[in-house]
Amino acid sequence: MRIRTAGVVAAFALALAASGCGGGSDEPAAKESPNAAGGKLVIWADDKRTAALKPFAEKFGQDNGVTVEVQAVSKDLQTNFVTASQQGSGPDVVVGAHDWIGNLVQNGAIDPVQLAAEQKSAFNETAIKAVTFNGQLYGVPYAMENLALIRNTELAPEAPKTIEDLVAAGKKLKAEKKASEILCLQSGQNGDAYHIYPLYTSGGGYLFGTTANGDYDPKDLGVGKPESIEAFKKIAALGEKGEGALKRSITAENSIATFTGKKCAYLVSGPWAIADAKKANISYDISPVPGFAGGKEAQPFVGVQAFYVAAKGKNKALAQEFVANYVTTPELAVALYNAEPRPPALTAALDQVKGSDPDLAKFQEAGKNGQVLPAIPAMATIWDPFGKAQAAIIGGADPAKTITAAGKTISGQIK
Amino acid sequence: MSTSLSGPGSAKQAPGREPVGSGLPRTSRTARNHAPITATGLLVKVILLGLTAGIAIWAAFPLVEAERWIGLAVLAATTAGLFYLYLTRRHIPAKYLVPGTLFLIAFQVVPVLYTASTAFTNFGDGHRGSKDEAIVAIQTASVKQVPGSTQYPLSVATQGDPATGPLVFLVTDPQTGAVSVGDAQGLRQLDPGDVTVAPGGKVTAADGYTILNFGQASSRSKDITELVVPTSGGALRSSGLSRAYEGKAVRGYDAGCDCVRDSETGRTWTADEETGAFVAADGERLAQGWKVDVGLRNFARVLTDPAISGPFFGTLVWNFAFAIGSTGGTFLLGMFIALALHSPRMRGTNLYRILLILPYAMPSFAMLLVWRDMFNTDFGLINNLFGLGVDWFGHDWSARLAVILVQLWLGYPYMFLVATGALQAIPRELTEATLVDGASPWQSFRTVTLPLLLVALSPLLIASFAYNFNNFNAIHLTTEGGPFPADNPTAGATDLLITYTYRLAFGAQGAQFGLAAAVSLFIFTIVAVVSAVSFRRTRKQEEVYS
Repeated sequence: MRIRTAGVVAAFALALAASGCGGGSDEPAAKESPNAAGGKLVIWADDKRTAALKPFAEKFGQDNGVTVEVQAVSKDLQTNFVTASQQGSGPDVVVGAHDWIGNLVQNGAIDPVQLAAEQKSAFNETAIKAVTFNGQLYGVPYAMENLALIRNTELAPEAPKTIEDLVAAGKKLKAEKKASEILCLQSGQNGDAYHIYPLYTSGGGYLFGTTANGDYDPKDLGVGKPESIEAFKKIAALGEKGEGALKRSITAENSIATFTGKKCAYLVSGPWAIADAKKANISYDISPVPGFAGGKEAQPFVGVQAFYVAAKGKNKALAQEFVANYVTTPELAVALYNAEPRPPALTAALDQVKGSDPDLAKFQEAGKNGQVLPAIPAMATIWDPFGKAQAAIIGGADPAKTITAAGKTISGQIK
Repeated sequence: MSTSLSGPGSAKQAPGREPVGSGLPRTSRTARNHAPITATGLLVKVILLGLTAGIAIWAAFPLVEAERWIGLAVLAATTAGLFYLYLTRRHIPAKYLVPGTLFLIAFQVVPVLYTASTAFTNFGDGHRGSKDEAIVAIQTASVKQVPGSTQYPLSVATQGDPATGPLVFLVTDPQTGAVSVGDAQGLRQLDPGDVTVAPGGKVTAADGYTILNFGQASSRSKDITELVVPTSGGALRSSGLSRAYEGKAVRGYDAGCDCVRDSETGRTWTADEETGAFVAADGERLAQGWKVDVGLRNFARVLTDPAISGPFFGTLVWNFAFAIGSTGGTFLLGMFIALALHSPRMRGTNLYRILLILPYAMPSFAMLLVWRDMFNTDFGLINNLFGLGVDWFGHDWSARLAVILVQLWLGYPYMFLVATGALQAIPRELTEATLVDGASPWQSFRTVTLPLLLVALSPLLIASFAYNFNNFNAIHLTTEGGPFPADNPTAGATDLLITYTYRLAFGAQGAQFGLAAAVSLFIFTIVAVVSAVSFRRTRKQEEVYS
């Protein structure tokens, strides 16, 4: 009897201890906030940006007597954010690419941000356009990125004016055994719509038409139209059955490594490739991606990284304050640039870092005629079928038949 | 009721404390049936029950907070049931069965039921929340700055207590410098003598008002976001804590017509409860929808949509071939090696065993990616090593062969391990007896060893089949389902049903969890039927050989 009673008492004691432990993690935070006079701001970002944001977030917290927590979400940030928001356990602010906006808006996960006219004018115009969706500004941009042609100046001193020039120079290097590939433009077995896009636009193709107010129009799909077939006929000529400049064996994993291994003289990639090129001690230069001779301009996608205010955050007023009035300062943009060298969207910040990093201006030049990556939800239907059609055509499939089928698949998936 | 602390061989014998009848009839009757209570056993029991109670209490707080009374009742009943079960001396079989059953319910039954219930909804991107949430999202998203209006420096203030008092906005007109106070009634100008304005235009002090600092204001975030000061052109709203703008909600919900109306263009979007969206007369839909029950529509779509049902049969056939090929191939190779190493004449078996288990010890995620790169046409190890130029993932049959080869490499160590174990359980006398009877080694293997091996391994083979039938990673991380026919980017030559439906449900415009759940149920049915049939056959086999 005694042991039985003792057992029950011990069980309950342990139960209380266990539940005490469970609550322990929440309690200090709950106690801290009243000390910090109430507010708490939770920011979600990926690993790299979390590290860059932390000091600034802490400073914002100290200056204003609030607690700021930056949490790293290393995988599937967008999906996790939408799911967590729905359950009411999401953050107040989230950092991510601008092409998430369409999906975040249709799930009611973010709120518009109201910037004053003078605040807006401090940003690169394209960046502001990228975060504008249905006539509303949904995020505050801080960095921009786009593709450019990076070339090994030892092998290819001159920037090619057209893709034909590039292929001729690349073929010559190959014949001289100085390189094994003409061009490193990643495709893989299932294609890569983002990287082929400059050539697609130069060939005359487009993804979505635009409405009167300049937004992308999901009803006007360019894939499968005669222009897109013409563009892919030109791309097919560069493919495995043609010049051999575009190959499915060049993938996201090996394209930069092949370039830094000096096996190809030309690489189509973005600012993220520069770190590797520097590490490999390659003498490189950056120029716009060339288009087809006599074709249109090659327009790369312009992507923007931005801060968003969560619609279901617990502290929306503070989140608005942080995003609209603090992220718009150049100091933060410069710090984020130092964490990862992508051109800042804030003109003042770009001017500040441009002097020490000549690559930035060249990337910006390459993206000057770029097109904003569509943020409409319909864009999600493009990537997979478009990429696969591209891979098939590079492999030698009939462009007209393949692109028509891809267009049909895409339009069938657009709601 | 008294207890004996004596465990077998325990030094702490307590003589003279044998169970004595204490008035409860069952103690004396069942004393023989009770295992003696040991100190360790008691401690384990106390810790486990304590943890159970701890977890229950920890889980109860959020449930109470969210007012989920049904969940709380389930939690309380389960916990009380567990305590009763392990504190009573009765229900011995249940003590063994209940933990497993609970885990079965939590990790198998509930997810299956949840999937099944999702299959009858349109749950997915754009249809995640309730209709009310959609309406709020539409209205918030339509608040636009009034054209030509200015932004005002803002201070949040109150006439009462900073933590609870009703809030007002103190705004400064940037042109005139006039300070106004705004609340739900509207704006009133304040006497310039009563206020102190900082250089930026922000009000720092005002007679009769307490200005909230950022900390105080941010703890009242919700009140600030909800405070709307009506003006002639629209309403003043806060943009953060230091600026206010004049904005107007262009779209609003009208309960009368159950529709959303745009006050600028006059367009209306009527609620469609069938699809869970606001739809205009011309078919245009608002992006923000809500979750509705769609009945059997997801299932009907799987069966009737030619884009889904068309490639379904071909994919199913390959899916079976892949699962059978992977399971059969790994089993044959694993068993062959196990047999070879089982031979008494074999030397250095331990070294071989270690080497053979290596592929099993490496994370399959990483290995799949490595294999994918090894099959690369120009840069891959396989083509470079053998001087080939095969476009492995570019042709249907070479890609299929490649993924099965990868599965063979990844899977045979497991089969080798279990076959080794099963072989050691077969008495050598049996095979020796057949040899004495004059059977050839092949006959002996075919008629004695293999059937006995299969009795032991059949359940594992069925499990392996079911696993490979849905082996998403094996395809998604290598070929991604490709190569794809030029005219159909949705179904590739190496696609399994699971990778194919993943593309359908998540590759289109946002995730469609409802459709994905419906297809999962189809796959679940197929695997369940195949497994049930196989297990039935195995049972017959066991009856023959045991």
